[in-house]
Amino acid sequence: MSSNRNDNMIEITVTDSGGITRTLNARDGESLMEAVTRARLPGILAECGGACACATCHVYIGPAWLELVGKADPMEADMLDFADDVRENSRLSCQITIPKT
Amino acid sequence: MEETVIIVGGGQGGFSTASRLREIGFRGRVTIVGEEEHLPYQRPPLSKAYLLGQTDVGRLSLRPRDYFDKLGIDLALGKRALRLDRGQSNVELADGSILSYDKLVLATGSRARTLPDELSQALSGIFVLRSVSDAEHLRLALASQSRRVLVVGAGFVGLEVAAIGSQMGHSVTVVELSSRVLNRVACEATANAIQALHRNHGVVVKTGTKVDRLHSHYGAVTGAQLSDGSFVHAEIVVVGIGGIANDELAADAGLQTASGIVVDQCGRTSDPNIFALGDCAVFPFEGRLVRIESVQNACDQGAAVADVIGGSTASYAPVPWFWSDQYDAKLQTVGLACDYDKVITLHGSREGSAANWYFRNGRAIAVDTINDPRTHMSTRRLFGAGQSVSIEAVAAEGFDAAIEARRHQHAGAPAQQ
Repeated sequence: MSSNRNDNMIEITVTDSGGITRTLNARDGESLMEAVTRARLPGILAECGGACACATCHVYIGPAWLELVGKADPMEADMLDFADDVRENSRLSCQITIPKT
Repeated sequence: MEETVIIVGGGQGGFSTASRLREIGFRGRVTIVGEEEHLPYQRPPLSKAYLLGQTDVGRLSLRPRDYFDKLGIDLALGKRALRLDRGQSNVELADGSILSYDKLVLATGSRARTLPDELSQALSGIFVLRSVSDAEHLRLALASQSRRVLVVGAGFVGLEVAAIGSQMGHSVTVVELSSRVLNRVACEATANAIQALHRNHGVVVKTGTKVDRLHSHYGAVTGAQLSDGSFVHAEIVVVGIGGIANDELAADAGLQTASGIVVDQCGRTSDPNIFALGDCAVFPFEGRLVRIESVQNACDQGAAVADVIGGSTASYAPVPWFWSDQYDAKLQTVGLACDYDKVITLHGSREGSAANWYFRNGRAIAVDTINDPRTHMSTRRLFGAGQSVSIEAVAAEGFDAAIEARRHQHAGAPAQQ
């Protein structure tokens, strides 16, 4: 995932689980999960709707954006611990808020 | 010839079935009939973020409208299904239209149980919470300054509303008929921890008590006379005394019902072309017939039914899970805590975190955790892998569900040839 600022929208580049890369627009203040489900990204189910309760909105953050996006808090880290194919740069997208521009 | 699937119910379960049908390549016609005008939306935030004004209807939608357009899922929203004619294989809607089906999916959900009429007397200020419209009414009432709120029923909905009400600065009293909170769904240890949480936030919890009579002034509720002799002043009364399966459409058409539409392990009703799932369905689980009101059950049973329509013969054998956010506490459950004979409490490494393990005949059947997602997730792994966890293992010094889960994960990995 990587991003570009544009007015009050942020462009985010995503690669889905099938390897297809595209750009989507995220709105100020919404979660990354809301942006990716709106864009119909396959594989992101987001069953619990953003409550950090299901771990079905798992994403990998591009290395260049890790610092900006920040680390998972302890509760999210615990949820992630037993998600599928967890890596160093794993996050639950419902716990990432698109910053206000 | 391509089949036509009609899904009655535009909630999480109906959405899950429709979405999964397309995912597995089903090419026939798929229509979701929804009584509410809204696109399929999430209900859990209604008793949480929605009441705080932190989200709105648009953001609750499970997917945007163009998702349904692109996948070729027809939406017939704002239309109530009136009658099911099994002989003609069709459903009649309130607007007079008639939809023919090859396969029918009933995902009609549940409705909130209300107070008896002689108690509520159509007074204003009495609320239930199930739909976005219910939540909007309650949100507006709670938006007024310092109200007194009486919550009737200490289940998940009632307790979540109590937490929100108290966080908003209202004075909140919870009245529960049974001897403790969460009586139907959780053990004493979980109940005591949650009850203490509420009391620490200034919520008055009265158990073993019921509302005998409501007082009113010009048609608006002002308080309640309780069976313990006390009187509680309240301008807002929230009734959270459970849900009733919407099984009438099925029952009227002669399908087997038992406080819910009875289905087999494939989600099939007593009519092989009709399926039911989610809140409205009663299904076999660990040798019992159960009805589960949860996102997990709506999603997973919805997907399982779609798979069966697509030709699968797999059984729906879920690992039930659930969560409830109250104040800063995250309560999570795995499994179904029914007919248990023993509970062991393990305290987690984080302050205030705990896991309550439920056992039946020496085997773990459910785990409630408070602020311990690590145990919650690892237990989901263990139960999902069919891994039996014994009471001796859990009671042993140094037991850690996460380590168990990792051990079985490795043991279950395919051997190198």
